[in-house]
Amino acid sequence: MPPEHAEAVWLTGDSVFSLAELAEISGLPESELRELIDYGAVTPIDPESSPWMFNGKCLLTVRTACRLRISFDLEPHSVALMISLLEQIQDLEGQVRDLRARQPEQR
Amino acid sequence: MKYKDYYSVLGVDRSATTEAIKKAYRKLAHKYHPDVSKDPQGEEKFKEVAEAYETLKNPEKRAAYDQLGRHQPGQDFQPPPGWGEQHGDAQFSFDEADLADLFAGLSGGRHAGGHIRMPGQDYDVATTISLMDAYQGTEVELNLGLPEPDAQGRLHRVPRKLKVRIPKGATDGQRLRLAGRGGKGLNGGRDGDLYLTITLQAHPLFRVSGHDLYLDLPLAPWEAVLGASIDVPTLAGPVRLKVPPNSPAGRKLRLSGRGLPRPHGKEGDLFIITQIVVPETATDAERGLYEQLAKDSTFNPRAHLQKEMNHAA
Repeated sequence: MPPEHAEAVWLTGDSVFSLAELAEISGLPESELRELIDYGAVTPIDPESSPWMFNGKCLLTVRTACRLRISFDLEPHSVALMISLLEQIQDLEGQVRDLRARQPEQR
Repeated sequence: MKYKDYYSVLGVDRSATTEAIKKAYRKLAHKYHPDVSKDPQGEEKFKEVAEAYETLKNPEKRAAYDQLGRHQPGQDFQPPPGWGEQHGDAQFSFDEADLADLFAGLSGGRHAGGHIRMPGQDYDVATTISLMDAYQGTEVELNLGLPEPDAQGRLHRVPRKLKVRIPKGATDGQRLRLAGRGGKGLNGGRDGDLYLTITLQAHPLFRVSGHDLYLDLPLAPWEAVLGASIDVPTLAGPVRLKVPPNSPAGRKLRLSGRGLPRPHGKEGDLFIITQIVVPETATDAERGLYEQLAKDSTFNPRAHLQKEMNHAA
């Protein structure tokens, strides 16, 4: 069976999604997505502009939110809290990785 | 079809109440959920736990599962006669199907092949590439087994080979989205997506921090004092680096733009960290030169300690 070729897109700050796209791709209803935005778990690129647009990292956050919501049967407020704690852990893990990279190896 | 013992996966008795099943699932989900668990096998274990809970939490699916009888996990089995008709799937191909696909196809006792639009499932896969592949861009081949519905809406696991171009600019933990390459949607529902997580293989020389690279540069004591021009490796080939005189150990020298490229931006940097190393044994001649240096030099590397000790006294 010959392999199919697939196009991949980086999920970084450069890819952009609308609120409706985020909801469709993640499977999280738009109303719950708005709650996550209210609680600060997801932030539009420019919260003052209309319509809201979101970067690729937000899609990953919203997917995580959706998984947590379904797996643990959580309310949006609890999901937002978990997201915020998970992001803190990721930041700290990133800092540990950076410090390790900067640390000369013992010879 | 291979049997899976959903009750033993959740560690509950076959007569457990729905509440007890929920409690057991939650406990295991806390332990293995890939978003909160550090267990390297967590994701695989969580999939088994979630699959078991998905069936046992629903009274109709649980009753259908119980009617399959008890078998050894992994044992080939056939559902009892009439099981398919009773649960709305008379022609299901039991030989090739996975138990999870069979129950995913039952929506609370009704077969999902009705008219409800159901989006395809998203899938997460991981791939490991070398630092050089991340620098240059590469192509990886993924071998996937994704459930796809046939004309009647019944799910079958179909092997698929996918070649994915990873553009240059990857770094550790970065994610790519392959739109529409996940599970097929049902009744006009959108196809799911495939998410690819990149892991970088550890490199023997370069350490990675985001798109920046770090390289230790060992210097002889006289190179650190006198300065030196040294050829250092980079991902694009060797470059000559000028180490300034009087470079202490741990000094960071930056080679701008010599790190990993970013997907849509400036390249990362390569940081060279100086290390001062001494030979394991010195020759008599070297030793003589160091003795002469010790005698002539006024350098005191512990002046600050001396100051503190004088103050305490």
